[in-house]
Amino acid sequence: MFEAIAFYLFAFLTTLMFFITVTTSQALHALTALAAGMIFISAFFFILGADFLGAIQIVVYSGAVMALYAFGMMFFDTTREVKEKQGNKYVIAGLSIIAAVLVVVIFAAPMVTDNITALYPMTEGVGNTQDVGMVLFTKYLVPFEVAAIMLLVAMIAGIVLAGKSMDESLTLSDEVDTQETEDKRILS
Amino acid sequence: MEIGLNHYLVLSTILFSIGLIGVMKRKNLLLLFFATEILLNSVNIAFAAISHYYGDLTGQMFAFFVIAIAASEVAVGLGLLIVWHKRHNSIDLDTMSTMKG
Repeated sequence: MFEAIAFYLFAFLTTLMFFITVTTSQALHALTALAAGMIFISAFFFILGADFLGAIQIVVYSGAVMALYAFGMMFFDTTREVKEKQGNKYVIAGLSIIAAVLVVVIFAAPMVTDNITALYPMTEGVGNTQDVGMVLFTKYLVPFEVAAIMLLVAMIAGIVLAGKSMDESLTLSDEVDTQETEDKRILS
Repeated sequence: MEIGLNHYLVLSTILFSIGLIGVMKRKNLLLLFFATEILLNSVNIAFAAISHYYGDLTGQMFAFFVIAIAASEVAVGLGLLIVWHKRHNSIDLDTMSTMKG
Protein backbone atom coordinates (compact mmCIF):
# COMPACT_ATOMS: atom_id res chain seq x y z
CA MET A 1 0.00 0.00 0.00
CA PHE A 2 2.74 2.41 1.00
CA GLU A 3 4.72 1.40 -2.07
CA ALA A 4 1.74 2.09 -4.33
CA ILE A 5 1.15 5.54 -2.84
CA ALA A 6 4.84 6.40 -3.15
CA PHE A 7 4.97 5.13 -6.73
CA TYR A 8 1.96 7.11 -7.92
CA LEU A 9 3.02 10.27 -6.07
CA PHE A 10 6.53 10.25 -7.49
CA ALA A 11 5.32 9.18 -10.94
CA PHE A 12 3.00 12.19 -11.03
CA LEU A 13 5.68 14.57 -9.74
CA THR A 14 8.36 13.30 -12.15
CA THR A 15 6.05 13.50 -15.15
CA LEU A 16 4.96 17.00 -14.17
CA MET A 17 8.54 18.21 -13.69
CA PHE A 18 9.76 16.78 -17.00
CA PHE A 19 6.70 18.16 -18.77
CA ILE A 20 7.60 21.62 -17.43
CA THR A 21 11.18 21.06 -18.61
CA VAL A 22 10.20 20.44 -22.21
CA THR A 23 7.41 23.00 -22.46
CA THR A 24 8.60 26.11 -20.60
CA SER A 25 10.09 29.01 -22.52
CA GLN A 26 12.38 30.09 -19.69
CA ALA A 27 15.73 28.29 -19.57
CA LEU A 28 16.05 28.79 -15.80
CA HIS A 29 12.65 27.22 -15.16
CA ALA A 30 13.66 24.26 -17.32
CA LEU A 31 16.89 23.83 -15.34
CA THR A 32 15.13 23.93 -11.98
CA ALA A 33 12.38 21.55 -13.06
CA LEU A 34 14.94 19.13 -14.46
CA ALA A 35 16.90 19.14 -11.19
CA ALA A 36 13.71 18.43 -9.24
CA GLY A 37 12.77 15.62 -11.62
CA MET A 38 16.19 14.02 -11.18
CA ILE A 39 15.71 13.93 -7.40
CA PHE A 40 12.23 12.47 -7.77
CA ILE A 41 13.62 9.76 -10.05
CA SER A 42 16.05 8.73 -7.32
CA ALA A 43 12.97 7.98 -5.19
CA PHE A 44 12.05 5.19 -7.64
CA PHE A 45 15.48 3.68 -7.19
CA PHE A 46 15.04 3.70 -3.42
CA ILE A 47 11.59 2.09 -3.76
CA LEU A 48 13.10 -0.58 -6.01
CA GLY A 49 15.79 -1.42 -3.46
CA ALA A 50 18.64 -0.03 -5.54
CA ASP A 51 19.94 2.21 -2.77
CA PHE A 52 23.39 2.78 -4.22
CA LEU A 53 21.96 3.71 -7.61
CA GLY A 54 19.64 6.24 -5.95
CA ALA A 55 22.53 7.83 -4.08
CA ILE A 56 24.58 7.96 -7.29
CA GLN A 57 21.64 9.52 -9.09
CA ILE A 58 21.40 12.34 -6.53
CA VAL A 59 25.16 12.91 -6.38
CA VAL A 60 25.90 12.75 -10.11
CA TYR A 61 22.78 14.26 -11.66
CA SER A 62 21.53 16.73 -9.09
CA GLY A 63 25.02 17.55 -7.91
CA ALA A 64 27.48 17.36 -10.76
CA VAL A 65 25.43 17.56 -13.96
CA MET A 66 23.09 20.29 -12.73
CA ALA A 67 26.01 22.34 -11.36
CA LEU A 68 27.71 21.96 -14.75
CA TYR A 69 24.57 23.16 -16.53
CA ALA A 70 24.21 26.06 -14.11
CA PHE A 71 27.81 27.12 -14.78
CA GLY A 72 27.33 26.63 -18.50
CA MET A 73 24.24 28.80 -18.48
CA MET A 74 26.31 31.71 -17.21
CA PHE A 75 27.92 31.83 -20.66
CA PHE A 76 24.63 31.98 -22.52
CA ASP A 77 21.92 34.57 -22.70
CA THR A 78 19.33 32.73 -20.63
CA THR A 79 17.02 35.59 -19.70
CA ARG A 80 15.75 35.81 -23.27
CA GLU A 81 12.67 33.79 -24.16
CA VAL A 82 13.50 30.60 -26.00
CA LYS A 83 12.24 30.42 -29.54
CA GLU A 84 10.38 27.24 -30.46
CA LYS A 85 10.48 25.23 -33.59
CA GLN A 86 7.28 25.65 -35.58
CA GLY A 87 6.10 22.19 -36.48
CA ASN A 88 3.04 20.01 -36.51
CA LYS A 89 2.33 19.17 -32.88
CA TYR A 90 0.40 15.99 -33.63
CA VAL A 91 3.16 14.61 -35.81
CA ILE A 92 5.72 15.31 -33.09
CA ALA A 93 3.61 13.71 -30.34
CA GLY A 94 2.70 10.71 -32.50
CA LEU A 95 6.29 10.02 -33.53
CA SER A 96 7.47 10.33 -29.92
CA ILE A 97 4.89 7.91 -28.57
CA ILE A 98 5.57 5.37 -31.33
CA ALA A 99 9.31 5.54 -30.64
CA ALA A 100 8.78 5.20 -26.89
CA VAL A 101 6.51 2.17 -27.30
CA LEU A 102 9.16 0.65 -29.57
CA VAL A 103 11.75 1.09 -26.83
CA VAL A 104 9.53 -0.66 -24.30
CA VAL A 105 8.88 -3.50 -26.77
CA ILE A 106 12.63 -3.87 -27.20
CA PHE A 107 12.97 -4.13 -23.43
CA ALA A 108 9.99 -6.40 -22.91
CA ALA A 109 10.32 -8.79 -25.87
CA PRO A 110 13.10 -10.98 -24.43
CA MET A 111 11.25 -11.25 -21.12
CA VAL A 112 7.98 -12.35 -22.68
CA THR A 113 9.38 -14.93 -25.05
CA ASP A 114 11.48 -17.08 -22.75
CA ASN A 115 12.07 -17.50 -19.07
CA ILE A 116 15.25 -15.62 -18.36
CA THR A 117 17.34 -16.55 -15.37
CA ALA A 118 19.36 -14.07 -13.38
CA LEU A 119 22.92 -13.83 -14.64
CA TYR A 120 24.22 -12.23 -11.46
CA PRO A 121 21.57 -12.91 -8.82
CA MET A 122 21.34 -10.76 -5.74
CA THR A 123 23.14 -12.31 -2.79
CA GLU A 124 21.10 -12.96 0.34
CA GLY A 125 22.11 -11.29 3.56
CA VAL A 126 24.20 -8.46 2.13
CA GLY A 127 23.17 -4.90 1.44
CA ASN A 128 22.68 -3.45 -1.99
CA THR A 129 25.90 -1.44 -1.91
CA GLN A 130 28.01 -4.46 -0.97
CA ASP A 131 26.28 -6.54 -3.61
CA VAL A 132 26.88 -3.92 -6.29
CA GLY A 133 30.51 -3.67 -5.28
CA MET A 134 31.03 -7.42 -5.52
CA VAL A 135 29.58 -7.63 -9.03
CA LEU A 136 31.10 -4.37 -10.27
CA PHE A 137 34.64 -5.23 -9.24
CA THR A 138 34.59 -8.82 -10.46
CA LYS A 139 32.39 -9.27 -13.52
CA TYR A 140 32.30 -5.66 -14.71
CA LEU A 141 35.85 -4.60 -13.86
CA VAL A 142 36.96 -3.95 -17.44
CA PRO A 143 33.90 -1.82 -18.37
CA PHE A 144 34.40 0.04 -15.09
CA GLU A 145 37.99 0.92 -16.02
CA VAL A 146 36.94 1.89 -19.56
CA ALA A 147 34.28 4.17 -18.08
CA ALA A 148 36.96 5.73 -15.86
CA ILE A 149 39.14 6.45 -18.90
CA MET A 150 36.12 7.86 -20.72
CA LEU A 151 35.40 10.23 -17.82
CA LEU A 152 39.06 11.32 -17.83
CA VAL A 153 38.87 12.04 -21.57
CA ALA A 154 35.65 13.98 -21.03
CA MET A 155 37.25 16.02 -18.24
CA ILE A 156 40.26 16.93 -20.40
CA ALA A 157 37.94 17.76 -23.30
CA GLY A 158 35.84 20.01 -21.09
CA ILE A 159 38.92 21.85 -19.80
CA VAL A 160 40.41 22.29 -23.28
CA LEU A 161 37.15 23.43 -24.89
CA ALA A 162 35.91 25.79 -22.21
CA GLY A 163 39.22 27.06 -20.87
CA LYS A 164 40.53 30.47 -21.83
CA SER A 165 42.90 30.35 -24.86
CA MET A 166 43.32 26.62 -24.47
CA ASP A 167 42.99 26.11 -28.21
CA GLU A 168 46.53 27.46 -28.69
CA SER A 169 49.28 24.91 -28.30
CA LEU A 170 51.77 25.80 -25.60
CA THR A 171 54.62 23.75 -27.07
CA LEU A 172 54.20 24.88 -30.68
CA SER A 173 53.65 28.58 -30.04
CA ASP A 174 56.29 31.30 -30.08
CA GLU A 175 55.80 31.97 -26.42
CA VAL A 176 59.55 32.16 -25.71
CA ASP A 177 60.17 34.66 -28.51
CA THR A 178 57.39 36.95 -27.42
CA GLN A 179 58.65 36.72 -23.86
CA GLU A 180 62.14 37.75 -24.99
CA THR A 181 60.91 40.64 -27.11
CA GLU A 182 58.80 41.74 -24.18
CA ASP A 183 61.88 41.72 -21.95
CA LYS A 184 63.85 43.71 -24.52
CA ARG A 185 61.08 46.22 -24.82
CA ILE A 186 60.96 46.67 -21.08
CA LEU A 187 64.74 46.98 -20.83
CA SER A 188 65.10 49.48 -23.66
CA MET B 1 -2.80 -2.77 -5.10
CA GLU B 2 0.49 -4.24 -6.11
CA ILE B 3 2.99 -2.26 -8.15
CA GLY B 4 4.43 -4.55 -10.80
CA LEU B 5 7.03 -4.35 -13.50
CA ASN B 6 4.46 -3.10 -16.00
CA HIS B 7 3.79 0.02 -13.94
CA TYR B 8 7.45 0.98 -14.11
CA LEU B 9 7.69 0.20 -17.83
CA VAL B 10 4.63 2.37 -18.53
CA LEU B 11 6.14 5.20 -16.50
CA SER B 12 9.39 4.77 -18.40
CA THR B 13 7.47 4.98 -21.69
CA ILE B 14 5.69 8.18 -20.63
CA LEU B 15 8.94 9.85 -19.58
CA PHE B 16 10.69 8.67 -22.74
CA SER B 17 7.98 10.15 -24.95
CA ILE B 18 8.15 13.43 -23.02
CA GLY B 19 11.89 13.50 -23.66
CA LEU B 20 11.41 12.72 -27.36
CA ILE B 21 8.81 15.48 -27.69
CA GLY B 22 11.40 17.81 -26.15
CA VAL B 23 14.09 16.66 -28.59
CA MET B 24 11.85 17.27 -31.60
CA LYS B 25 10.35 20.52 -30.32
CA ARG B 26 13.35 22.43 -29.02
CA LYS B 27 15.52 24.72 -31.10
CA ASN B 28 17.80 25.92 -28.32
CA LEU B 29 20.70 23.48 -27.95
CA LEU B 30 20.91 23.81 -24.16
CA LEU B 31 17.28 22.78 -23.78
CA LEU B 32 17.93 19.98 -26.26
CA PHE B 33 20.53 18.66 -23.83
CA PHE B 34 17.94 18.76 -21.05
CA ALA B 35 15.62 16.60 -23.16
CA THR B 36 18.48 14.13 -23.71
CA GLU B 37 18.92 13.83 -19.95
CA ILE B 38 15.24 12.97 -19.63
CA LEU B 39 15.66 10.17 -22.19
CA LEU B 40 18.63 8.68 -20.32
CA ASN B 41 16.82 8.87 -16.98
CA SER B 42 13.68 7.16 -18.24
CA VAL B 43 15.77 4.26 -19.51
CA ASN B 44 17.51 4.10 -16.13
CA ILE B 45 14.13 3.61 -14.43
CA ALA B 46 13.38 0.68 -16.75
CA PHE B 47 16.80 -0.86 -16.01
CA ALA B 48 16.36 -0.55 -12.23
CA ALA B 49 12.83 -1.97 -12.32
CA ILE B 50 13.82 -4.98 -14.42
CA SER B 51 16.80 -5.53 -12.13
CA HIS B 52 14.50 -5.53 -9.09
CA TYR B 53 11.76 -7.78 -10.45
CA TYR B 54 14.15 -10.40 -11.83
CA GLY B 55 16.56 -10.35 -8.90
CA ASP B 56 19.44 -9.61 -11.25
CA LEU B 57 22.09 -6.98 -10.71
CA THR B 58 22.96 -6.53 -14.40
CA GLY B 59 20.30 -3.86 -14.85
CA GLN B 60 21.77 -1.73 -12.08
CA MET B 61 25.24 -2.14 -13.57
CA PHE B 62 24.01 -0.85 -16.91
CA ALA B 63 22.30 2.06 -15.16
CA PHE B 64 25.66 2.98 -13.60
CA PHE B 65 27.36 3.00 -16.98
CA VAL B 66 24.50 5.03 -18.48
CA ILE B 67 25.01 7.62 -15.71
CA ALA B 68 28.77 7.71 -16.40
CA ILE B 69 28.15 8.20 -20.13
CA ALA B 70 25.61 10.94 -19.42
CA ALA B 71 28.09 12.79 -17.20
CA SER B 72 30.87 12.71 -19.82
CA GLU B 73 28.41 13.66 -22.57
CA VAL B 74 27.39 16.75 -20.61
CA ALA B 75 31.02 17.76 -20.02
CA VAL B 76 32.03 17.50 -23.68
CA GLY B 77 28.74 18.86 -25.02
CA LEU B 78 28.77 21.95 -22.83
CA GLY B 79 32.39 22.62 -23.79
CA LEU B 80 31.50 22.48 -27.48
CA LEU B 81 28.44 24.64 -26.85
CA ILE B 82 30.54 27.31 -25.12
CA VAL B 83 33.01 27.36 -28.03
CA TRP B 84 30.13 27.69 -30.52
CA HIS B 85 28.54 30.47 -28.49
CA LYS B 86 31.84 32.38 -28.37
CA ARG B 87 32.20 32.26 -32.17
CA HIS B 88 28.61 32.75 -33.32
CA ASN B 89 26.90 34.33 -30.30
CA SER B 90 23.95 32.00 -30.61
CA ILE B 91 23.10 28.41 -29.70
CA ASP B 92 20.11 27.98 -31.98
CA LEU B 93 20.05 24.86 -34.10
CA ASP B 94 19.07 26.85 -37.21
CA THR B 95 22.37 28.73 -37.22
CA MET B 96 24.27 25.43 -37.55
CA SER B 97 23.50 24.89 -41.23
CA THR B 98 26.89 25.57 -42.78
CA MET B 99 26.97 22.08 -44.27
CA LYS B 100 23.51 22.56 -45.86
CA GLY B 101 22.38 19.20 -44.60
